[in-house]
Amino acid sequence: MSARETILARVRAALADVPDDEPVHRPRERTYLDSHAVGPTLEVLQDRLVDYRALVRRVPADRIGAEVAAALARRGARRVVVPPGLPGEWTAQVGVEPRTDSREAPLAVHELDAADGVVTACAVAIAETGTIVLDGGPDQGRRAISLVPDYHLCVVRADQVVDGVPQAVRLLDPSRPLTWISGPSATSDIELNRVEGVHGPRTLEVLLVEAGP
Amino acid sequence: MSSATFLGMPPFPEAARTAVQDSRLRYNLRRATRTIRDKRGLVVDELGDDWARLRAEGAEIKNRTLRHLDHYLEQLEESVTRAGGHVHWARDAAEANRIVTGLVQATGETDVVKVKSMATQEIELNNALEAAGITAYETDLAELIVQLGDDLPSHILVPAIHLGRSQIREIFLEQMAEWGTPAPPGLTDDPRALAEAARTHLRERFLRTRTAVSGANFAVADSGTLVVLESEGNGRMCLTLPQTLISVVGIEKIVPTWNDLEVFMQLLPRSSTGERMNPYTSTWTGVTPGDGPREFHLVLLDNGRTDVLADTVGRQALRCIRCSACLNTCPVYERTGGHSYGSVYPGPIGAILTPQLRGTGSEVDRALPYASSLCGACYEVCPVAIDIPEVLVHLREEVAGRKGHAGEKALMAGAETVFSSSRTLGAVQRAAGLGRGLVPRHLPGPAGAWTDTRDVPDVPAESFRRWWNGRDGAQEEGR
Repeated sequence: MSARETILARVRAALADVPDDEPVHRPRERTYLDSHAVGPTLEVLQDRLVDYRALVRRVPADRIGAEVAAALARRGARRVVVPPGLPGEWTAQVGVEPRTDSREAPLAVHELDAADGVVTACAVAIAETGTIVLDGGPDQGRRAISLVPDYHLCVVRADQVVDGVPQAVRLLDPSRPLTWISGPSATSDIELNRVEGVHGPRTLEVLLVEAGP
Repeated sequence: MSSATFLGMPPFPEAARTAVQDSRLRYNLRRATRTIRDKRGLVVDELGDDWARLRAEGAEIKNRTLRHLDHYLEQLEESVTRAGGHVHWARDAAEANRIVTGLVQATGETDVVKVKSMATQEIELNNALEAAGITAYETDLAELIVQLGDDLPSHILVPAIHLGRSQIREIFLEQMAEWGTPAPPGLTDDPRALAEAARTHLRERFLRTRTAVSGANFAVADSGTLVVLESEGNGRMCLTLPQTLISVVGIEKIVPTWNDLEVFMQLLPRSSTGERMNPYTSTWTGVTPGDGPREFHLVLLDNGRTDVLADTVGRQALRCIRCSACLNTCPVYERTGGHSYGSVYPGPIGAILTPQLRGTGSEVDRALPYASSLCGACYEVCPVAIDIPEVLVHLREEVAGRKGHAGEKALMAGAETVFSSSRTLGAVQRAAGLGRGLVPRHLPGPAGAWTDTRDVPDVPAESFRRWWNGRDGAQEEGR
């Protein structure tokens, strides 16, 4: 008997007490809340991100290009990587032309390591937990580009922000590779104190774009 | 570069006696567990009444999955395969190790990077790989500390919880050079400096290693998605940069649907690190052309889990999502540390999981259900409501029913003889009174187990009956 058959047979033998007519699927009841009403969505997201020691700026929609350029300048980031579908106007005011990375034409990992930073959009953000989710869409790119460079500048539009985790899970497509990001990389492994900055980007900066007029 | 093993560890009472006398260990543990308990309390209370509802839902989802595990295993296999992954089945540790070793050998690589994984600790994969000439590099900070120090993990979430910052600094300074990029010479014990040293040490290895081994926190049956929660980004490095990814996952890690994650992504981070959300969570479904590994292998591990499943009381231990809240809250764990439990799964959950996974054939595993005062704090904090005290008592019954306890039965038979005759009792009591200075604190032989946690009471100079009779002056004793 193959390992597969053996294990399945063991499982079935172990579950002899389960009635044959017990339905496999249980109707979802969702007794729990979709969100916990802790405050105005954008304020909560900003508060949570700051709590994780991310840098956050609230910016009007018509100033994204200027704010991206200003953030990169403050950081001193000259070699910047962008995904293929990032709106061109977001980086139009950046002095040095960013390098585009795509699934079809990926940069080598050492090129990413030599980059000063990366600019991406996001798929969804969760206010209550201070979480930004990337789903590999054209304006977010391959997972490696938001990982290897030490500085991640992420543009989050107000209409992408939900209050609670269940709302976000419903919006996400599991067939895409997802990265949930809640602050810069950190560790609690030394005496259980949180210290920011290990292998992932040590600086996460978020431009929170207010809805246009 | 050998890896330490739990094999040959003394049973809990013996190991615990040594551990509680280690004042540095007790200081490190008290400090760390208090920090995490406080943090957890704050973020759990923040959800108010909803926490209890999420907890009940989490327990119910896991229960239902376990009761139909055969269905969900087949569904997971189909979903992962459809998404371009390969599924392997391993009856036990040896088979899992053979599969992983073979997969690594097929890539032609002799180095692998690893994401922290309890399942691969359980099967001692690193030792198996080493025997095949493959070096496994642990990349989680605490796992790295344990590996560099040739030590053993003592906590599910923070395997180096038993070490303080100055000890970690010493290990880095002494051992990093042997494994790769050395620690900077002026390294201080500032946690930031230590984290930076780990970053530098592993950076090149992440960028060049082509094969990675991981576990998973969840495996979603309907979508075929694997989920890893982490903090440092070492997980993302391992799950994203290599060409080949091999994930070893216990068969109990399944959740039925993608939407079930909305419950567990609230329960796990808050219960585990006491954060609203952990810094990074990666989810992947098979392979994505142009993004991440080109080849993905899922190894589904039994290794005793079906034995746990067969026990209708003990089955609930398989709900465990490895948050380690029960360790952090346990008064016994806080005093003895994780090594005393003789297993990669320490603390209250380990005390019920290990003897079920490994059976109660060894002295170490028979002692584990007793490594608790049954105070119930572990049940209170468990995010999937595992009634650990209930399972402990159940396992104690099982252990006590074994023929290994013939000594206790003989002792009780002897007691019956003595207590049934007042003449015999009087003689025994007189003898005991005369020999009172000779009674040891710790009983020899099989009775010693009783005195592992208690001192032998003082024997009085005379028995109550003898004193009473003497005071009365009426009768000679022994009638």
